[in-house]
Amino acid sequence: MSRDKTGAKPLSLCPMENLETIQSQLSQAFSDAYITLVPNPILGAQSSLLIDPVHAVKIANYLKTTPGLQFDYCSNVTGVDWLAKDITEPIPAGSAPGTVANLKRLHEGYLEAVYHLYSMQLGHGPLVLRLRTKNRTTDTTLPSLTPVWRSAEFQEREIYDLFGITFEGHPDLRRLLMWDEYKDFPMRKDYSEPDDYEWEPTAHGAILTKAQAHQKIPTQTTEVIV
Amino acid sequence: MSIMPENSYLGRTSEVQGDILEVSMGPHHPSTHGVFRMVATLDGETILKLKPVFGYLHRNHEKLAEGTSYLGIMPYTDRLDYLNSMTNNWSYALAVEKLSGQVATERAEYVRVILAELSRLQNHICLAGFLLQDTGASGTPLMYAFREREKILDLFESLSGSRMMCNFQRFGGCRLDIPEDWIEKAKIIVENFRVFLDEFEALVTGNEIVLSRTQGIGILKPDLAINAGITGPVLRASGVNYDLRKVDAYGIYSRFDFRIPLGKYGDTYDRYMIRVLEMRESIKILDQAFATLPAGPIIDPKAKNRGLRPKVGEIYSRIEGPKGEIGFYLISEGGPNPYRYRIRPPSLINLTTLEDMCLGQSIADAVIILGSIDIVLGEVDR
Repeated sequence: MSRDKTGAKPLSLCPMENLETIQSQLSQAFSDAYITLVPNPILGAQSSLLIDPVHAVKIANYLKTTPGLQFDYCSNVTGVDWLAKDITEPIPAGSAPGTVANLKRLHEGYLEAVYHLYSMQLGHGPLVLRLRTKNRTTDTTLPSLTPVWRSAEFQEREIYDLFGITFEGHPDLRRLLMWDEYKDFPMRKDYSEPDDYEWEPTAHGAILTKAQAHQKIPTQTTEVIV
Repeated sequence: MSIMPENSYLGRTSEVQGDILEVSMGPHHPSTHGVFRMVATLDGETILKLKPVFGYLHRNHEKLAEGTSYLGIMPYTDRLDYLNSMTNNWSYALAVEKLSGQVATERAEYVRVILAELSRLQNHICLAGFLLQDTGASGTPLMYAFREREKILDLFESLSGSRMMCNFQRFGGCRLDIPEDWIEKAKIIVENFRVFLDEFEALVTGNEIVLSRTQGIGILKPDLAINAGITGPVLRASGVNYDLRKVDAYGIYSRFDFRIPLGKYGDTYDRYMIRVLEMRESIKILDQAFATLPAGPIIDPKAKNRGLRPKVGEIYSRIEGPKGEIGFYLISEGGPNPYRYRIRPPSLINLTTLEDMCLGQSIADAVIILGSIDIVLGEVDR
């Protein structure tokens, strides 16, 4: 390989293996982990691999070190909040009039961490990895990939801050943008902003109106005395 | 019974002389280039530990954008890295174009390159000025740099109506066409910029104080730089050949002849020199773009901007901004606004190795190292 006078490697651009090949390669190497392909209808090249959180760190190390893959650069790390999804099943033809459409719950909702990987050595990418939590409320833990790619350090902290995913194995998991005493996760889809950021003892004006919208006002019952 | 509490200052004077000092620099410190704070632990003047603190400018831009139409987000992107609204606009427009299957017109592609390279010129010269200000070259280089930057901002203003918040790109092209006399003005400014750069370098680059303050300071090793996701001039100063204008060749960059300058030592001086060399390459690109700018519509007449509802899917798209890789990750659920909108902020991610670069250096050097990374807090905190 020729080197110019600065001693730096020249730029190389190799096309990436297609996603199915990488998927089967991973499935062979990690036979007890699930690796699912999540298709992207807009751009097939940016379909993603949903990987098993239990084996995520090992898979990440494999992707980083295996010749031909060498994803040494983790560009973008972000979270996505997916709410519970319901679908209405179509009413079968010939059913009795007045049949109510059946509502079916597809999933209870989950939080996702999405990693976009590139290779600086080979000049290819992106490979999109997805990790899913079990649900949105009680089990929101994922393994941290910061020990593999340092670039995830601040970005995972940001996800922890704004989405509430706890990354196990992160060296310094604190809130990044919001203040430490803050309780909620602002990027979640069901987040409602507090009525009053700076608590004041006698709320008035716009704050009072907003607070009243959230508080349940007891319905007044009038008793008729005979 | 002692009258002094056990942990009092007087009770342990001998330990206090150990001289481990914690200094909180910022958020209102002129050297932090905005509302940014570093908590440095010092032994004498040597840095033992340094933790950056963010969030003073946080307005949850991503949440705001998720409640806004695709077109309505465009002016918000100006406020990310407010020195480079042109490249922010381009990166976002490119992402939405890929998401909605639109293509920019030929003339618009050239105009985008011209505006992006002009933006790079004024960003880099600004950085050089600030960096020299941080080293103690008070006033003169910064004012020289600002004088030249202002000429480019005048160009932006005459084109878009605003010096910094340009809001110029649209999906499928640009908002307005560039007039013929604007190009003539721009050519003169770029030609003068070349002369100015020679003058600036003669004044600064070989200066004894600049050399001793920057050479060998804040070294960033290429392996760490790649692993920590450092991009842009900071990465290339460490000798890694990775410029998206060559790697992805987005837009029409494959048509231009330019080189990627690379550093050797990865120190502050290399990071300064990379910017100067990149400016010279940008001028080369601008000359070629001015010469080959084609006629035609500036925006695709069939382009859909208002009420855009892309199909279900997601996209990650990135370009080489002056500060590094600025990318946009969009998820569409078919609605009028993105389900998920995410910016990959180069300024934030380039700060990952700030502590590594500062360890063992003096506190005065931390200011220069931070200055050589080139951050804008509007993008760090979003």
